Amino acid sequence: MDFITSIPWALIAWSVAKAVFVIFLVVLPMVSYTVYAERRVSAAIQDRVGPNRTGFPTTLLGFKKDMQIILGGLGQPIADAVKFILKEDFTPGGVKKFYFWLAPCLAMLPLVSLAFVPFGSSLFGEKMVIADINVSVLGVFAVTGVGVYAIVLAGWASNSKYPFLGGIRSTSQMIAYELSMGMSIIPVLMAQGTMQMSHIVQNQADNGWTLLPLWGHGLSLQSWLLLIPFGISFIIFAISVFAETNRLPFDMPESESELVSGYHTEYSSMKFALFFLGEYTAMIVGSSLIVVFFLGGWHMPGIPDGDGNGGLAILRELPHWILGLVNITCFFGKVAALLVCFIWVRWTLPRFRFDQVMKLGWLYLFEIALANIILTAAIIAFTSK
Amino acid sequence: MAYVVPRPELTLKEKAYLPSIISGLKITFGHFKKMLQGKTKVTMQYPEEKWDAELPEYYRGAPTLVKDDHDRERCVACQLCEFICPPRAITITPEEIPAGERFEKVEKRPAEFKIDMIRCIYCGMCEEVCPEQAIYLRKDYAITGITRGEMVHDKKKLYELGGVFKGLVHKWNPEK
Repeated sequence: MDFITSIPWALIAWSVAKAVFVIFLVVLPMVSYTVYAERRVSAAIQDRVGPNRTGFPTTLLGFKKDMQIILGGLGQPIADAVKFILKEDFTPGGVKKFYFWLAPCLAMLPLVSLAFVPFGSSLFGEKMVIADINVSVLGVFAVTGVGVYAIVLAGWASNSKYPFLGGIRSTSQMIAYELSMGMSIIPVLMAQGTMQMSHIVQNQADNGWTLLPLWGHGLSLQSWLLLIPFGISFIIFAISVFAETNRLPFDMPESESELVSGYHTEYSSMKFALFFLGEYTAMIVGSSLIVVFFLGGWHMPGIPDGDGNGGLAILRELPHWILGLVNITCFFGKVAALLVCFIWVRWTLPRFRFDQVMKLGWLYLFEIALANIILTAAIIAFTSK
Repeated sequence: MAYVVPRPELTLKEKAYLPSIISGLKITFGHFKKMLQGKTKVTMQYPEEKWDAELPEYYRGAPTLVKDDHDRERCVACQLCEFICPPRAITITPEEIPAGERFEKVEKRPAEFKIDMIRCIYCGMCEEVCPEQAIYLRKDYAITGITRGEMVHDKKKLYELGGVFKGLVHKWNPEK
């Protein structure tokens, strides 16, 4: 009995409530509207119109017309979801059933890593992060590392050559780029001196963003010199995020023109949709990491945090919950901007050849990231007193 | 014979790859901006924008039946269109015009005239073959229905679409 009473049930319930709130009210809608944004932006880039007329089916409720023109296709994600749920879920004969079912479940795993990401300062005195642990950076990388299993299992369990090739490609690619991803972030962690994401963001709010040291202790020779390794880190990290999320120009596991559609060739209906959602969730996780490490997290110059600290004196007079909401909006605004960049890059670049991807990952990014760590260490050592 | 593929010599800038990515991003952004400003010419947004005003004279839309100035059915149920119709979309049931009616002299008229619009290929042969100039391809193109039955145009519907065609039968009129 002691064991049961010693479990902090209230804390668990509160965390679950926060997680449900974040996942169902923030991230999943964001995922589906990222898909919509992807279709509209790609259409605009390719001089097309894109899905602009799916409204909400008010005719089902007895109205004369669907709500359509004003909303400009905003009902599209809902229609997509309904379509995916209603489609036939077909399991091919030769597959290894257990793993075939397990793979799409694992594909949604990136959602877990969002638990560590501070998406706001505080609201009603509550910290806006689900799990504020002191090794959250490691936690995120651990969870993203498991993400590769979804693709490997899908590729292997499908018992078909194209998914298999996709799975193999993705394994080697994920391992290669996970290294440079982890290495590229070390300079930032060295300068911040902490692995706790909420502290990293707080430091940036006090002393200037990693890539914009314009206030606090940021106005020193050291911070300005550190901009060089941080810039390199940023570029390597961004490239690795692209590779980790299997986005073009690194979508080797899918590469439609070579592998039909890669690891999810044999999947249909909601199981396919889970892979699809997982890919976009990974994109959101990747952009949130970039925002947290390099672009100041929820902080915006001049806006105080949810406890009314920092920022302009006039704004500190505002009710604190408004400030908290503004901070959350800032975070997701930055994430959305990065997502648009992701989409923009995808519809600009052609796919790399597989050996080029491997060469870039192992021979360049990894080495540059290693050298970058030494450079950062040297700068910190020579400029601190 | 071995053939050596000539590999281009790349400059350092090209090898770095990032500058070319940026110039590529610029191009796509240009297209994106133009679309947002509404400068890009895109497809017609069909149900809202229509082509009706620009339909050419010779446009072949749905086949219809017409009446003449005296409100007489021009069709005399000769069934030529039924025989010429390549997909056999037309079905005519002829009937004799009973004595004592106004157009008794014409002798024959269709009791029922059906065109299956699922079959119709809009070739216009019925119009070409009709000796009485009774069947015409008009400019209606949005023929829709929820059931197969609805897609079969009967006599009433055909006259409704066709209306009245005034004037002489041009085929035998030297004036044209």
